[in-house]
Amino acid sequence: MDMSIQSTQTKPAAKPAASTSPKLAPKVVARDANVYYGEKHAIKNVSIEVADKSVTAFIGPSGCGKSTFLRCLNRMNDTIPGCRVTGSITIDQQDIYDKSLDVVLLRARVGMVFQKPNPFPKSIYENVAYGPRIHGLTRNKSELDAVVEASLKRAGLWEEVNSRLHESGTALSGGQQQRLCIARAIAVSPEIILMDEPCSALDPIATAKIEELIDELTQNFCIIIVTHSMQQAARVSKRTAFFHLGVLVEEGDTNQIFTNPTDPKTQAYITGRFG
Amino acid sequence: MTVEAISTGSAGPVANSRSLVEQSLKRRYAAEARFKAYGIGAILIGLAFLVIVFASIIQRGYTSFVQSEFHLDIFLDKEVIDPSGTSDGNDLLIADYPALIQDALVTALKLDPKSRTDVRLAGTLLSANADTAVRNFVLANRDQIGKTVPFWVLASGNVDSVLKGAFDRSIPEERRKLNDKQLGWIDSAYANGLLAKRFNTGLFTFGASSQPESAGIGVALIGSLFMMLTVVLLAVPIGVAAALYLEEFAPKNRITDIIEVNINNLAAVPSIVFGILGLAVFINFMGLPRSASLVGGLVLALMTLPTIIIATRAAIAAVPPSIREAALGVGASKMQSITHHVLPLAVPGILTGTIIGLAKALGETAPLLMIGMVAFVVEYPRTPLDPATALPVQIYMWATAAERGFVERTSGATLILLAFLACMNILAVILRRRFERRW
Repeated sequence: MDMSIQSTQTKPAAKPAASTSPKLAPKVVARDANVYYGEKHAIKNVSIEVADKSVTAFIGPSGCGKSTFLRCLNRMNDTIPGCRVTGSITIDQQDIYDKSLDVVLLRARVGMVFQKPNPFPKSIYENVAYGPRIHGLTRNKSELDAVVEASLKRAGLWEEVNSRLHESGTALSGGQQQRLCIARAIAVSPEIILMDEPCSALDPIATAKIEELIDELTQNFCIIIVTHSMQQAARVSKRTAFFHLGVLVEEGDTNQIFTNPTDPKTQAYITGRFG
Repeated sequence: MTVEAISTGSAGPVANSRSLVEQSLKRRYAAEARFKAYGIGAILIGLAFLVIVFASIIQRGYTSFVQSEFHLDIFLDKEVIDPSGTSDGNDLLIADYPALIQDALVTALKLDPKSRTDVRLAGTLLSANADTAVRNFVLANRDQIGKTVPFWVLASGNVDSVLKGAFDRSIPEERRKLNDKQLGWIDSAYANGLLAKRFNTGLFTFGASSQPESAGIGVALIGSLFMMLTVVLLAVPIGVAAALYLEEFAPKNRITDIIEVNINNLAAVPSIVFGILGLAVFINFMGLPRSASLVGGLVLALMTLPTIIIATRAAIAAVPPSIREAALGVGASKMQSITHHVLPLAVPGILTGTIIGLAKALGETAPLLMIGMVAFVVEYPRTPLDPATALPVQIYMWATAAERGFVERTSGATLILLAFLACMNILAVILRRRFERRW
């Protein structure tokens, strides 16, 4: 039980950010993943490997399927009627669409931050404490307090809210709400954090703060971010995947994608010719 | 492109566009003004009808909240009440209290107790049920037997009419219900405080009676209360559970579509049909007693279910999906996301729908007629299985009676029913305001 608290505090010192090596087994592996919404074929034969402790950005024009693919990774698409996934998606070599896998457990391991900040209409404290509480991660109030504090600190929100933890989370500004949502996701100590356009509803200053935060979180988490902003992808991610019409067109080091893309479609998109 | 170019209309494909727009503007503004006038007119007509309805009910009904009573010092004669001296319960029950009250009235009016005509005439000024209060007092306070105790006893309905100014004294004496002598006694008794109009507690506590002065809505209130309890205990949990399942768990297919259509249709089924169903199923098939408030409650619960289901589904659907996603995203199970987040946010809507459904049930009469709740019930029902009436049914029964006392009680009980309904609707608004969250 103590581990979950300590891990969030001691890990950053233990592992420097730059240590991500391609030799490590990839965290998330998709092989020929296909997603159908009823008749519509939304994702076509996507195969990709996502490394641990790094940021991977999914870019592409609207409706290209990048959010759909992201939502497959914690099976959030299960809630959509008529949605079907084929192929294999594994996390740590475990098939997440296997019948024996518990989806609630999966979502505890794979946290998610949504496009629009969506704090619960409860106090700031309750927002962060909710996850640890339903999973029984803490034994008593003081442990829970510690988890809440650690999570808010990791999300860079502690200084701003520590005097008003029991005010409503919905009273915060948009950027603060989004960081609260990140704190809420961190609080259950996930391994992977999915971010679905986390900054699209925020102003540039709040966006900068979130990007800084993503930079720090990468030391402990595998982060996958969907973004519309190519500058953002260039700024925060180590690797970038470009999706177009449900197909993964190209995936590689962010530098390479933005400076020397191999596919002409990627070239056209990043230079602003469509999308 | 200068202003001049626009004003001359030479720039676009239509010449004189500015003057054409000006002309059509006049028409458009006139249409808007007409529409506003229609709206205001409609509201005024509605308000006028409301004022007329309320004014006529209040004007007819307000007098029912006071009742004429004689203030008498009654000698609780041991010889009459307890001749055997054993304080036997049966003796106390059947003793001739009316005679004691009549004697006290004759003394108070300073009449000659030997004049049998005067004594008889004085006796008719008293309610046929005036003795109930005295008997109940004696049964509760046996040590007072043999003493003189002051009482307020009910005057007859005719005396009540005189005091409320509803008695026409210009009618020839032989066709009046009270003769000149009696009117004289009433006037002098009223002048010296022997007779007074007092707040009518009996209206709220008495059961059914053939005499208007001793008729009240006590039984109806208890019956309505039992029925509302039955409705709340049955319709709310069943309705909310059904709505939750349909909205959150049920697959969207032909069967659920049919169920949904049928629920909406049930909400529009005339209430008398539910009464027939209740008669056939609850009374004839299941053998529950007639006139029981339990049966009434069951029927009203069936009737209220669609309202609650529809309101609850709307409230649940109105909870933003982002909240559900947030809960699922941190690993809440479906049930947890519903009980922790969706349901609390839907509570104001559910409460509003429930209270409106209850208010509708409280005012419902037709189905209760079918299951025999139009009954003459004097005794308070002790359980939901005892015979009872309901507020609107009591109003319906009084409305068929001709006596002036019943006419005013009809309107008085209507006012009470309306007050209950208004309170429930205000409660619904307050609850909605209090629990409403914004995000």
